Amino acid sequence: MQKLHSRPATRMDELRSSLRRAWDSDLAWSYRHSPMAILASFTTLLILVLALLAPWVAPQNAFDPGAIRLEDGFLEPMERSAATGMLYVLGTDSQGRDVLSAILYGSRVSLLVGFAAVGFSMVLGVTLGLISGFVGGRTDAIIMRVADVQLSFPAILIALLVFGVGRGLIPPSKHEEMAIGVLIVAIGLSHWAQYARTVRGSTMVEKGREYVQAARVMGRPSFAIMREHVLPNVIGPVLVIATINLALAIIEEATLSFLGVGVPPTQPSLGTLIRVGQQFLFSGEWWILFFPSLALIILALAVNLLGDWMRDALNPRLK
Amino acid sequence: MVAYILRSVAQAILVLLAVGLIAFSMFRFVGDPVANMVGQEASQADRRELAERLGLNDPILIQFGRFVGDVARGDFGVSYRHGRKVSDLLMERLPATVELAVLSALLATVVGIILGVYTAIRRDGLLSHLIMTTSLVGVSLPTFLIGIGLIYLFAVELRWLPSFGRGQTVKIGWWTTGLLTESGRKSLIMPVVTLAFYQLTLIMRLVRAQMLETLRTDYIRFARARGLPERRIHFKHALRNTLIPVVTIAGLQLGSVIAFAIVTESVFQWPGLGALFVQAVQFVDIPVMAAYLLFVAVVFVVVNLVVDLLYFVLDPRLRTGRALAVR
Repeated sequence: MQKLHSRPATRMDELRSSLRRAWDSDLAWSYRHSPMAILASFTTLLILVLALLAPWVAPQNAFDPGAIRLEDGFLEPMERSAATGMLYVLGTDSQGRDVLSAILYGSRVSLLVGFAAVGFSMVLGVTLGLISGFVGGRTDAIIMRVADVQLSFPAILIALLVFGVGRGLIPPSKHEEMAIGVLIVAIGLSHWAQYARTVRGSTMVEKGREYVQAARVMGRPSFAIMREHVLPNVIGPVLVIATINLALAIIEEATLSFLGVGVPPTQPSLGTLIRVGQQFLFSGEWWILFFPSLALIILALAVNLLGDWMRDALNPRLK
Repeated sequence: MVAYILRSVAQAILVLLAVGLIAFSMFRFVGDPVANMVGQEASQADRRELAERLGLNDPILIQFGRFVGDVARGDFGVSYRHGRKVSDLLMERLPATVELAVLSALLATVVGIILGVYTAIRRDGLLSHLIMTTSLVGVSLPTFLIGIGLIYLFAVELRWLPSFGRGQTVKIGWWTTGLLTESGRKSLIMPVVTLAFYQLTLIMRLVRAQMLETLRTDYIRFARARGLPERRIHFKHALRNTLIPVVTIAGLQLGSVIAFAIVTESVFQWPGLGALFVQAVQFVDIPVMAAYLLFVAVVFVVVNLVVDLLYFVLDPRLRTGRALAVR
């Protein structure tokens, strides 16, 4: 603290110069010249903030059965409640739940599962990739064979299988509360192979570099070399894959929930809302299905475009 | 070449055994098979007797061997939920899925190639840009939303097409087909389009990229210099060389056809294998899940083998290269 106060000017200069450098970097340049990326990032940010602040922004607590008035069911968009005079901007569903609040709370669940699943598959894939590339030999062969098999099977199939097995292992009384956890593991397990492959490739390159040999000569244990020396040098492409996979994970969660094997209806995600809304497709209550679908489309598109832009900007070869 | 084929077959068998092991472990270790088969009021002695009869007390390796033997004879056990033989359930639903998948693959390939060639030749045309943008948006949308959108438009608003089921089917031997009745054909349209959409965009982009690459090569330039008509250059010279990688990659993509079939079948309540699998996951019906997993694995392995062999047939350069390497 003392030091910080004694040299405030230099700290500020440092900060300013690093900001300047960030502003001048290729990535920032590409961002400034891509209206699509700017739009996509702001949309994503907006949805993120709205989802995070759902308990304060939403007109109603969508997960609380006590806050929902059954007699307000099937109100059209912009209609007011006869009893309380509350305005339902996007209408209500069959239970009288405010569709706007349901969407805000629902995107929270969707984003939570998406981020957690990506984080899980990233940690798993990067760890296995590091080990595979660094240790080599039979370990490498086994891990990569498993990754090969996994990559040739569609992710949604693997997620469904893991989900089914997970349900079989957990006692039925705990299904509801564990559903989100099982879902995260299922989606995460269906995407790790890509990270493992990428990290393995770059680890094998880094392994031969002088700094790794130096660390070895100094007697650092293999695990420490992997984590402290190799990892920072192979993490770049991983972040790009993670951004692209975030869109995939969100869509996968929505699909699983739509199929009725995802989160329980008491804590609906966007996919669950669409599943519920589909029942009213023929009876004319279009808003119950339309607005959650629209929210999912915007979210998926924004994250997808952001991922695409990042991939092209950071690594033109991948295009 | 023979050695190469033998190696692929050996690898295929290895993959099948590995998947079989996973299926077997699901069977044996997820939940209690005995509890799933007898009722709540069964006595301890009954349970022990059933466990003995099912061979659950034998060494694991012997159990696995028996499982492989059963599966090879087409016996996947009895569904916990339906109380019927899994093999019967699969056979009943196979025709619906095969009809759906084959028609979608056909549609995706034909339209995908046509659009791919078109967007490559008219690279800067307005229509090309429109097609490319639509494909970009379409790829990032979840399949089930496309299905719902189609249902809304054609079943709810226009009332042209039925929104669910297979319509009337005709039985030919044990195979059921919806192709011979009008309602059957009408019911096929939306599921087929939904399922084909993703494949279609993929094949289209692939053909476009390959075509653009091919159009830059020397032999195309020479063909132009010779004064050949554009149409002939595009379709006879360029397209042919474009198709080789497209065929193989399209073949390998069959996996995603199966995956999207799961979703598509659920949206349209199509009585196929995918919908059966989703129900099995919901109700933790392990025998059905295991059987479906094995079914998918077999499809995969066979397709991979065929694609491997197709490579030799389609590309003469590979044949000689391999032959030299083997010798």
